[in-house]
Amino acid sequence: MTNRRKRKALGLLFEALCVLAASIAIVVLALILYYVFRRGIGVVGFVFLTSLPAPVGVAGGGIGNALIGSLLMVGLGALIAVPVCIAAAVFLDQNPASKLSAFVRFATRVLSGVPSMVIGLFVFGQLVLRTGNYSALAGGIALSIVMAPVITLSAEEMLRLVPSSQREASMALGASKQQTVFRLVLPGAAGGLIVGVMLAVALAAGQTAPVLLTALTSRFWLESLQQPTASLPVLIYHYATSPFADWQAHAWGAALVLVTAILVLNVTAQLSLGLSNRRR
Amino acid sequence: MAQGVNIENFSFWYGQSQVVKNISLSAPVRQVTALIGPSGCGKTTLLRSINRLHELHPGTRAAGRIAIGEEDIFSAAVDPVDLRRRVGMIFQKPSPFPHLSVFENVAAGLRLHGLAQGKEIAERVEACLRKAALWEEVKDDLGRKGALLSGGQQQRLCIARALAVEPEVFLMDEPCASLDPVGIMRIEELIRELKHDYTVIIVTHNMHQASRISDQTAFVLNGELVEVGRTKEFFLAPTDPRTEAYLTWKIG
Ligand SMILES: Nc1ncnc2c1ncn2[C@@H]1O[C@H](COP(=O)(O)OP(=O)(O)OP(=O)(O)O)[C@@H](O)[C@H]1O
Ligand SMILES: [Mg+2]
Repeated sequence: MTNRRKRKALGLLFEALCVLAASIAIVVLALILYYVFRRGIGVVGFVFLTSLPAPVGVAGGGIGNALIGSLLMVGLGALIAVPVCIAAAVFLDQNPASKLSAFVRFATRVLSGVPSMVIGLFVFGQLVLRTGNYSALAGGIALSIVMAPVITLSAEEMLRLVPSSQREASMALGASKQQTVFRLVLPGAAGGLIVGVMLAVALAAGQTAPVLLTALTSRFWLESLQQPTASLPVLIYHYATSPFADWQAHAWGAALVLVTAILVLNVTAQLSLGLSNRRR
Repeated sequence: MAQGVNIENFSFWYGQSQVVKNISLSAPVRQVTALIGPSGCGKTTLLRSINRLHELHPGTRAAGRIAIGEEDIFSAAVDPVDLRRRVGMIFQKPSPFPHLSVFENVAAGLRLHGLAQGKEIAERVEACLRKAALWEEVKDDLGRKGALLSGGQQQRLCIARALAVEPEVFLMDEPCASLDPVGIMRIEELIRELKHDYTVIIVTHNMHQASRISDQTAFVLNGELVEVGRTKEFFLAPTDPRTEAYLTWKIG
């Protein structure tokens, strides 16, 4: 039965290749983490996390303002994107077959493929040029556009997981469509919705171009939403490309902080998704 | 207050295809009416017309009259959302709200319609769980998620949930289809209890079940009502040859 042996060998080979391909992703991630950790760990500390950047040659200094700027702009982005996108997802869920839904889905998918640089340019042209200044507000708006497709698409999927049998049970109990959405569908999908938001936040936190073009950067503490504002990705970009060794070291430290935050968000999302799946 | 259901010349279409054909049937108050018939004959459609749940599907059309008590449910004065509160429905697949506890599942309708406040909610929940013969099994852990109960317990939870909003009519679509014999026996006992206070219309594929629990049986075939009669006579001496053929498994 050489045929059979051949088939078996081919099957094994195929499987081995798949395992290899899958491992590459893990190895690359592990290498990045290892590298960032090794170079960054010596820099990160309390002073580093809570101080303003120091001028070249001056010892100490940190990324405090960039950390706050990133937190603020990502938070602002989520604040704008979450209500709009969840409402859109509810519409898609309630009117799955309508023309508008098909169009919204198409537009969302296209938006998710638009380079973040272009999103940054759009906000730059529409807001920064018009108001005449870079600002945290513009940065937050740009990040909200980055997050929008992720939140909308994941939220629609999560809402669809609430089975029609339960929706009918709710309607049969005398709940209106709106009551069914607010009392059954949204609470039932809450876990999944939060996971989608976390992934979107993790994605937005690492974006450089949209904040560089809209919030620029700053060496000072944040005082208002109308000012240029520092952020971690932009700081990493500037420091890493600078010719000074201590700034380069700070870039590694900031990268470690950012990567850790993104990793924690992703892992938490994954774990809670696993938990809520098991409960079903 | 329990009400009878009067169906007159009722028809129902999904798009172009008519699946309920001019059915007239009355379900007397405080009695159990069983709907039997082969798969796809339109039993579920007829049942879901009584609480206007089917008009939520796009492209459907209904004609004829269905009255609960004296009131035509299709009259302009009737709000379908309000109608559905007055008509309890139990589905083939037990469908407790999975994100809510046992307690909150039963309280859901009370809160939804503002039927009780504060301490009264707990009293009503207990009363409904007792009535649904579930209290003894869940009273020690009312905070457990409803979806963690066994299938039979879930179905009784759904009955308790429906009881809470004090319906006038109970519609049950193969409520025992996913249950084991003990679960089935309990639901049947419960239905016999319920009919003292409610009008019950039940779809079932189980002839023995129909004969055990119903007062009246109606046989539907291809969307038409073939025969309806008092259950005893219906099974002993069906008048239509198609009914006889079905009862002896020649159709369906
Ligand atoms: N939403 C729908 N859209 C279009 N056709 C439907 C829909 N629901 C049911 N039908 C069709 O209507 C007919 C009657 O269906 P119905 O569910 O009322 O039958 P049933 O008697 O309850 O069957 P079963 O015993 O299998 O539950 C079937 O031919 C079915 O294919
Ligand atoms: Mg059916």
